[in-house]
Amino acid sequence: MKNDMKKVEEIFNQLKEKFGDSVIELVSSQPVEAFIKISPLEIDKICLFLRDNEELLFDSLMCLSGVDDANGKNVVDDDGTSSIQGGTLSVYYHLESTKIGHKLTLKVSAPRENPDVNSVAKIWRHADWHEREAFDMVGINFLNHPDLRRILMPYDWEAGHPLRKDYKNPEFYQGMKVPY
Amino acid sequence: MSVEIENNKETQNGIKTEQMVLNLGPQHPSTHGVLRLELELEGEIITKVTPHIGYLHRCFEKHAEAMTYPQVVPYTDRMDYLSAMYNEFGYALAVEKLLGIELPERVEYIRVIMGEFQRIASHLVAIGTYGLDIGAFTPFLYCFRDRERILSLFEKTCGARLLYNYIWVGGLSHDLHPDFVREAKEFVKYFKPNIKELNDLLTMNKIFIERTANVGVLPVETAINYGISGPNLRASGLKWDIRKNDPYSVYHKFDFDIPVGKNDIGTVGDSWNRYYIRVLEMEQSLRIIEQALEQIPEGDVTSAIPKRIKPPVGQVYSRVENPKGELGYFIISNGSTSPFRVKVKGPSFVHLGVLNELCKGRMVADVIAILGSIDIVLGEVDR
Repeated sequence: MKNDMKKVEEIFNQLKEKFGDSVIELVSSQPVEAFIKISPLEIDKICLFLRDNEELLFDSLMCLSGVDDANGKNVVDDDGTSSIQGGTLSVYYHLESTKIGHKLTLKVSAPRENPDVNSVAKIWRHADWHEREAFDMVGINFLNHPDLRRILMPYDWEAGHPLRKDYKNPEFYQGMKVPY
Repeated sequence: MSVEIENNKETQNGIKTEQMVLNLGPQHPSTHGVLRLELELEGEIITKVTPHIGYLHRCFEKHAEAMTYPQVVPYTDRMDYLSAMYNEFGYALAVEKLLGIELPERVEYIRVIMGEFQRIASHLVAIGTYGLDIGAFTPFLYCFRDRERILSLFEKTCGARLLYNYIWVGGLSHDLHPDFVREAKEFVKYFKPNIKELNDLLTMNKIFIERTANVGVLPVETAINYGISGPNLRASGLKWDIRKNDPYSVYHKFDFDIPVGKNDIGTVGDSWNRYYIRVLEMEQSLRIIEQALEQIPEGDVTSAIPKRIKPPVGQVYSRVENPKGELGYFIISNGSTSPFRVKVKGPSFVHLGVLNELCKGRMVADVIAILGSIDIVLGEVDR
């Protein structure tokens, strides 16, 4: 079982060969974990390949996290508060194969103004709720998701997405004062 | 024995039927917290379950971004409040991985002992309240009596019964009290026969088996696809335990088995198996505790705690085998003293997602039996 485990470089080369420019780069300068950057509109095809290819068999999605990279420009609004313009929002995918035992991290980045990422909820049903959470908390728009609506915040929450770095609490929600 | 639903709305006697929506919760003793289930019913048969969560949402992840790394520890306690020790354990491991620090052996041993005691305590609540859901009141009292002794051990060690703030990044808040090893050994000796008693009371009880065996069967492929982990995945027949498959801390030094679901009483992956795996796991936890208590080395438990925690720029996904399943922390560091992003993958959140799959085609009463068997804690579902 252990002999079939693949290194991230091997997987990267295999993906690069098959998908070309959709596989952007291998980032391994980080001190802890290397990850592969993927184009946000190709992620579903690549994930399907990763799951079904007989040498890879990534049958389990460990975790899916939406992140606000906060790498845009800080703009001060009229009321003195600041917001971020430009830059990206990212999604990290942590995959694992229960049959072979190897792991892989993928990352996609989409522009903050138009954060469209293809959904992988049909590949791993596990992703369904995690994508809803990433939509709710960070505001990433997952295309082709079966049921994309808020999960943790109230369904009628209109003040945006709490885990954005420039999120501001509303003063009132349904007539109730929010800051306590 | 799930019943197939026919879609024609008129029965042969000319009686019209229509779909009904029933709300279970948010205030309901069998939902184990504030959870609302929207049940779509065809008579008494369930066609769809939609869980509505978020009633306990505190946005722990946003809080964490405004804290320094050590300040996050008490917040992790409050996610799965029945296994607070293990939440701290997982968080500490993740930050230590970012920092790349080595720990004294004594710290590792104490963490494992506390973690396994916590596993027993958490499973005792799961088992006791599951019996309660099904209608057996006595085992609940027995379980809580034994759990109380574990909580007393914790209280004597760190002063708190539920939310400990004991396992810190790089060490522990303080050492074991001098009597701990003796008292822990006493507990192991006291608790062993109680598992047999529990089996006589509940596990092999005919009414209990009738209510739980073959109910809510989860096939192993579905389980993996839904990201199910921990006892629920093992009940479906996959021998998968992060303590063995991806060992962390000092678990590789101990001899223990991974129980998996069997076909003898019910079918693999049913509610009864999910329940019984937890009973078997308590025995294994006792084995680990016994070995760890024998081998525990001397040492200083606070020597490796960094004065100022400032990890290098990077990101880490670290996971542990929490009593309920795989608890993962995804932490991004931007080089400051506060985490840039903390994402928690909690087992309860994931396990609740498969509920619709398990309940489809079953009766209303089975929802309670299934929900109890997957053992969720709403504090962690909503975080």
